[in-house]
Amino acid sequence: MKSKKWKVVLALLLIGSLTVQAQITDKPNFGKIAIVDATIHTVTEGTIQNGVIRLDGEKIEYVGTDRSNISDEYYIIQASGKHVYPGFMDSGTSLGLVEVSAVAVTVDNREIGNMNSNMLAFTAFNPNSVSIPVTRVSGVTHVITAPQGGLVSGQAALMDLWGYSPDSMAIDVTAGMVLNWPSIRSRGRGARNLEQAEKRYKETIKNLNKWLDNARFYQQMMSEYEADASGKVKPEKNQQLQSMRELVEGKTPLIIAVSSEKDILNAIEWASHEDNISLNIVFAGVEEGWRVAEQIAKAGIPCLVSTLYTPIRPYDHIHRPYENPSVLMKAGVKVAIMTGEVENVRNLPFNAGYAAAYGMGTVEAIKAVTINPAEIFGVSNLLGSLEEGKQANLFISSGDPFEPLSQIEHVFIKGYQIPMDSRHTQLFEEFLDRDATQE
Amino acid sequence: MKNIVNTLLLLVVFSVESFAQEKGSVFIQNATLITITDGIIQNGDVLIIDGVITGIGTDLNVPLGVKVVNASGKYVMPGIIDAHSHLNTVSTNEARNPVTAEVTMEESINPNSVSIYRAIAGGVTSIHLMHGSANVIGGQGETLKLRYGVSQDEMRFVDAKRTIKFALGENPTRVHGQGNGIQPRTRMGVEQIIRSHFDEALDYRARREAYLETKKVYEGNRRGRRVPPVPVAKNLRYDVLNDIIDGEILVHCHSYRADEILMLMRVFNDYGIKNYTFQHANEAFKVAPEIAKNGAYTSVFADWWAYKFEVYYSTAYNATILNENGVTNSINSDSNELIRHLNHEAAKTVRYGKTSEADALKMITINPAMQLGIDKMVGSLEIGKHGDIAIWNGHPLSIYSKVQQTYIDGKKYFDLFTDPADMRIAVDSDDFYREWGFNTFIQGREEDACMSDVFELIQQ
Repeated sequence: MKSKKWKVVLALLLIGSLTVQAQITDKPNFGKIAIVDATIHTVTEGTIQNGVIRLDGEKIEYVGTDRSNISDEYYIIQASGKHVYPGFMDSGTSLGLVEVSAVAVTVDNREIGNMNSNMLAFTAFNPNSVSIPVTRVSGVTHVITAPQGGLVSGQAALMDLWGYSPDSMAIDVTAGMVLNWPSIRSRGRGARNLEQAEKRYKETIKNLNKWLDNARFYQQMMSEYEADASGKVKPEKNQQLQSMRELVEGKTPLIIAVSSEKDILNAIEWASHEDNISLNIVFAGVEEGWRVAEQIAKAGIPCLVSTLYTPIRPYDHIHRPYENPSVLMKAGVKVAIMTGEVENVRNLPFNAGYAAAYGMGTVEAIKAVTINPAEIFGVSNLLGSLEEGKQANLFISSGDPFEPLSQIEHVFIKGYQIPMDSRHTQLFEEFLDRDATQE
Repeated sequence: MKNIVNTLLLLVVFSVESFAQEKGSVFIQNATLITITDGIIQNGDVLIIDGVITGIGTDLNVPLGVKVVNASGKYVMPGIIDAHSHLNTVSTNEARNPVTAEVTMEESINPNSVSIYRAIAGGVTSIHLMHGSANVIGGQGETLKLRYGVSQDEMRFVDAKRTIKFALGENPTRVHGQGNGIQPRTRMGVEQIIRSHFDEALDYRARREAYLETKKVYEGNRRGRRVPPVPVAKNLRYDVLNDIIDGEILVHCHSYRADEILMLMRVFNDYGIKNYTFQHANEAFKVAPEIAKNGAYTSVFADWWAYKFEVYYSTAYNATILNENGVTNSINSDSNELIRHLNHEAAKTVRYGKTSEADALKMITINPAMQLGIDKMVGSLEIGKHGDIAIWNGHPLSIYSKVQQTYIDGKKYFDLFTDPADMRIAVDSDDFYREWGFNTFIQGREEDACMSDVFELIQQ
């Protein structure tokens, strides 16, 4: 074995063990921090060479090239040759809701029922999920974590990945209502023939419309009562309808999971109906979006898409999954990249890397995991770029973060410089030279 | 009657001849050559004549009558080898018995699957087509060259070692113990299934050989002995198990936990079995010194974990720890998606633990070739090896690099610029199914692909 290398590793381990002691994760660094000499990719205001970022607590205090205001109070991170990016956001995961997907008792993303608008992913989010540190050390600092199943799965939450309670980690408890678009399915477990399938589809859409009509009525009734209760009977509270008040107002996005060409067109037609114009609709999945990109753009519906799946139809070109985001973007659709993962959300940069390599370009693909999802979910005042006054969510990389060969060296979430360890690094440290003894 | 037999014989001879595998010649010029076993050659040339590499170096003479490909600014590396795939199986699992050594992937190859084309478009030239992991001792595997557009027989990797799938842990205990109420339901049972079957196979061999010997004596000397011996019937399952013990079949064992990996090494040491590979082996890193000491191989995922309980305590640094401890490790896909970018799966070993780029590339070329017993023929750019190569437009470990051409035996099977979009060989009625009904948002995963169809089968 390579003895010198082992000694260095051992020395590092010993230093580590002195500071870590009994807790699983080290304590974060927080306060006044300055990152200097870095290439800063602000996303919204270009790239700054030899730049400076000053953090003050949770906020970004300064971004630019001026070093004169870095007083002695600042903890300085020398980052010459390194790159700083805003923390990446994954717009579609079940992180924190599922621990081990094959062990049913650890799966909390799928409630029984067909219309579960009142189910909150936020409630089931386990801040101590082992997958969270594994994810955040890769530079992914925020996720949409979403429920699944039924026609309406429930509400997805926008979470950051540093903290000990869902409350302290939630950016938006009700970030989006998840609707699984009903498909006209004449094969598999569905109807026996196309006619029957179409009949079922129409029934489902009728139920969906009724569900929304009830919510609109409830919203109007409650608003009127809340504005002036005098002389009115207090309406009975209904949890399901209550949970949809912001949805029908267009404040909470309706995330429609829809994939195939025909389903997408049906969903666009439905979204364009006058009753549904006020809804804030977002498409997710959208694997065949490239076939109908113009129509999606015309409807003004943003899309959450991934790239690492096999071509949908056997006669599709091999690169279609990789090109889908760029085709949508070039048609004028606002695109955010997601993984659809649970324990491997850390692969978000590689999903985006494929989009970059197949037509989107690196700059736009970076936007698709930063400012675009922040805008789609209405939090661009807080997240998605390196700007003064925004939350300090960022990471420092040895190079292009889409390259698997690059190393993610430091990660900050709302100002906390998080410890760069996870179960994966801890097992590495313990087992690289398993039988070593202290010197 | 005799004529008919003769005609049939002629047909057999003819059809065997028609299996001859097509070979090509090509001269690739001015590329960066990643040889795998002998470093990197800048501005290098590779000459392939009749399917075999006959020249590697700089400024080779342009041969007459051979197609020349100018690969200036491009990278040439040996074709990727995937030591764990179910890419184009017809069926994957014969799940009805804990031991099904007699079944084989040999007749379960679908040569028309478009997945083959999608894999060669990712620079893959050979795969180990495996039986699933429903059984402790599953079926035999088949090593294929991804010659897209040929017959079942023409896809076979001639002279590859025979292989067989074993499986430990959750999959066989779920299928048999929990699913069917028979052993094994525990890791204890898994060990005993293997030991008892090896013992039975050895006993069978002794009885069978004794019988054949006695039969020979009886038939040769009818006067001397009047009572014919009691026959011991041929048993294909036990024959295969004996071939494993004799070292004629390489075991590829689906396994996850460190304890079960140690268990199998103890069992194999007791029966004198060598040259085997632990597949998946998410916890192999915990017993890397023992694996190295036994000379066993590992073939792992780059980063899959936590989808089932036996991979919950695992790490993406697995490959690096194994490599640093001297274990010959490969990165596999076990997935029709991952097989499209095994280059980046290998690159993850650099991100997770800083494995050298050279070693990362070995994990998808020469190392899997060793595990399949084909390393004398493929896995590196060397004179005398097969002309199985891919041309990349950039360094294969970069996310921005694409395969431009893939050659097998010097014949081009993939060309990014001239191939049409629709590369199907056969149209399947199911092709139109996917136009409807697969609205997905969160996908996740619950299984390794090794369990394909098993539970559907059991529920039926």
